[in-house]
Amino acid sequence: MQELALILVSTILVNNFVLVKFLGLCPFMGVSRKLETATGMGLATTFVLTLSSVCSYLVDTYILIPLGIEYLRTIAFILTIAVVVQFTEMVVHKTSPVLYQVLGIFLPLITTNCAVLGVALLNVQEKNGFLQSAVYGFGAAVGFSLVLALFAAIRERVAVADVPVAFRGPAIALVTAGLMSLAFMGFSGLIKG
Amino acid sequence: MLTAILALGILAGLFGLLLGYSAIRFRVEGDPIADQINAILPQTQCGPCGFAGCRPYSEAIAAGEADINQCPPGGEAGIRALADLLGRDFKPLNAEHGEHKEKTVAIIDEQVCIGCTLCIQACPVDAILGAAKHMHTVIEKECTGCELCVEPCPVDCIHMQPVAHDITHWKWPSPDERLEIMPATQI
Repeated sequence: MQELALILVSTILVNNFVLVKFLGLCPFMGVSRKLETATGMGLATTFVLTLSSVCSYLVDTYILIPLGIEYLRTIAFILTIAVVVQFTEMVVHKTSPVLYQVLGIFLPLITTNCAVLGVALLNVQEKNGFLQSAVYGFGAAVGFSLVLALFAAIRERVAVADVPVAFRGPAIALVTAGLMSLAFMGFSGLIKG
Repeated sequence: MLTAILALGILAGLFGLLLGYSAIRFRVEGDPIADQINAILPQTQCGPCGFAGCRPYSEAIAAGEADINQCPPGGEAGIRALADLLGRDFKPLNAEHGEHKEKTVAIIDEQVCIGCTLCIQACPVDAILGAAKHMHTVIEKECTGCELCVEPCPVDCIHMQPVAHDITHWKWPSPDERLEIMPATQI
């Protein structure tokens, strides 16, 4: 139990996928202009990441390792993630049209989110079990959503601030992201030694 | 080598079957009635019916949330067509939503226009052309005559002009009045 809690804190804050591992930067810059879209993207990613983390663990443990074809991991994981995303899109479209309107355009984007593949591969690298994989994926996604929402909130304020001409647009966004990354690096002090 | 090909092939096949099944299981049906209603509505996107455009109004009619007599540009002919489609009784246009007028187009008095772009933002069909502090003009072919641009104009330079009938868009008038069928006993 304690181990799972540690994984959660570790993935959300200390080893945050976006700001410390620098994975999934494209949606981080792309959909963070408005808090509303950022929350939508965060929700969609949380759902898909947890599910795909578990699925790719299952594929790895019960198909790739017994057959001795671990070298096909990347392509197998990409296949799994694409299917999970597509499946999620269909289910959401059917069950909740409102959620589909909010998440609709973001769902296909998640397929190419490198954080999703990164989580699946890191699960293997860290030899995580089933439950650990699920928590790892969920934590990574919560960390991603948290950072995305924070960043979007900052960007909404920056949009109305008096920014020097040369810094307007993506430049100030990247500077902001760098400062946030610095702040998140501070969480590594949570771990002793 | 063979194991790898087979394993990936079978995995992909299984995933394909799963997706194919869920595509059938979770299929989303559109509302065909709303499409047919939308085809009858005049597509002026004008809004007196109380909805943001023709499409939302047609969806509301299909869902039973709105009545069929709320569309002034469609007029009596439009209401009759809707009543026929939906198998309801004809009822006259609800006066709360406005009156049926001849089709008009907006004309901008270009001498007076100050280029404020307010009418461009109001136009639901993007029929007004212009840029900030430059003269605007209406693309008459695109204009639906919804009058939404008249109100925001600060210098009142937009006027609605009836469309003159000419050979290019004249058509037989729709039969607004229907013959009433009397019961045989009254004759």
